[in-house]
Amino acid sequence: MNILEFTGVIATGSLAAGFLGAITGLGGGVVIVPLLTLLLGVDIRYAIGASLVSVIATSSGAAAAYVKEGYTNIRIGMFLEIATTIGALAGASLAARLPVAAIGVIFGVVLLYSAYHSLNPKPELSGLDHPSDRLAALLRLDGRYPTEHEPVSYHVRAVPLGFGLMGVAGVLSGLLGIGSGAVKVLAMDQIMRVPFKVSTTTSNFMIGVTAAASAGVYLRRGYIDPGVAMPVTLGVLAGSMIGARFLAGARTPILRKIFSGVIAVVAIEMIYNSFAGRL
Amino acid sequence: MITGSGDSAAEKIDNFVGNLLRAGVALSGAVVFTGGLVYLVRHGSEMPAYHVFRGEPAELRTLRGIIEDAFSLSGRGIIQLGLLLLIATPISRVAYLVYAFARQGDRLYSLIALVVLFLLFLGLTSGGT
Repeated sequence: MNILEFTGVIATGSLAAGFLGAITGLGGGVVIVPLLTLLLGVDIRYAIGASLVSVIATSSGAAAAYVKEGYTNIRIGMFLEIATTIGALAGASLAARLPVAAIGVIFGVVLLYSAYHSLNPKPELSGLDHPSDRLAALLRLDGRYPTEHEPVSYHVRAVPLGFGLMGVAGVLSGLLGIGSGAVKVLAMDQIMRVPFKVSTTTSNFMIGVTAAASAGVYLRRGYIDPGVAMPVTLGVLAGSMIGARFLAGARTPILRKIFSGVIAVVAIEMIYNSFAGRL
Repeated sequence: MITGSGDSAAEKIDNFVGNLLRAGVALSGAVVFTGGLVYLVRHGSEMPAYHVFRGEPAELRTLRGIIEDAFSLSGRGIIQLGLLLLIATPISRVAYLVYAFARQGDRLYSLIALVVLFLLFLGLTSGGT
């Protein structure tokens, strides 16, 4: 396989990953690293570097639309980015110290969690009917978001716990080169009681900044290879744009189940290969 | 209020941030694509070697090296410049918010954005070699 064919295979795979990630809401980033390492034998450090920059592209592209629609809570995002960027810097520095097999195992576990989370959505805990706590009030985190009828106000709570979990999301992002949107949404939606739509769009808003923090470290360390990152970034970006246009707002439970199943299988293979020393 | 509807100053900020992100992605995507074409035309028939990690050469790891490489019209250098523009996109969003919050008289959030901006520069300038 020469460079032209290699580029074509990666671009096609990334296009599919971006497309499926966009219409299932799972994000394309999670399958890029397994695709490159397990299928194409690319070293995991190049794979993580390429995945990380593609995450910046898709999240920034999607965030642009959400911000304009008024769902994103820029204050919550900006405040929690302190936690995610610190976490991302720690994660990126951890990536240089951990053995490749350990990173592979952690990656597999995170993939399993993503698949599980996607198949078992938690009931929405809206922050409409409880008072906001003092810290949230001090930071003016409460907000409003548009609905079909009129803007709905919401309150925010459990700020320290949410902030801490955001730090964990940042570490995972910096260590594995993923957006870790699932953990970000968990922190906002389940813990801080931010409405689901605001949680997902604000998470998306934060992913680019979080990834940019560790991307600088990866770049200087030589993990970001133009020959790998180019087809991954362009492929995922094109795929997610097509996906967003293809199914604007439509629910896709069956596809979601299939994609989650694929991710679970990939996760187990990732863990197995790590233990077998083949990563 | 910076989120929600009905506030024109907040909507202005939302719109500017949205346009900034979109422009950054479009520009970097175009640069990466151009570099990709140059790279594939020149090196498409060579063999890839990514199963062994060697790390990028010094000129593709630093801002100065990447810019020099891109201006010498190396395909890999142009791609790397595009990726750098992509990394700069969310960073410029944070920088804009430092300014936008300050203009609104919101010192607390201007400071928060400044802290994040500092952390991002820390990531760009530390670590690595």
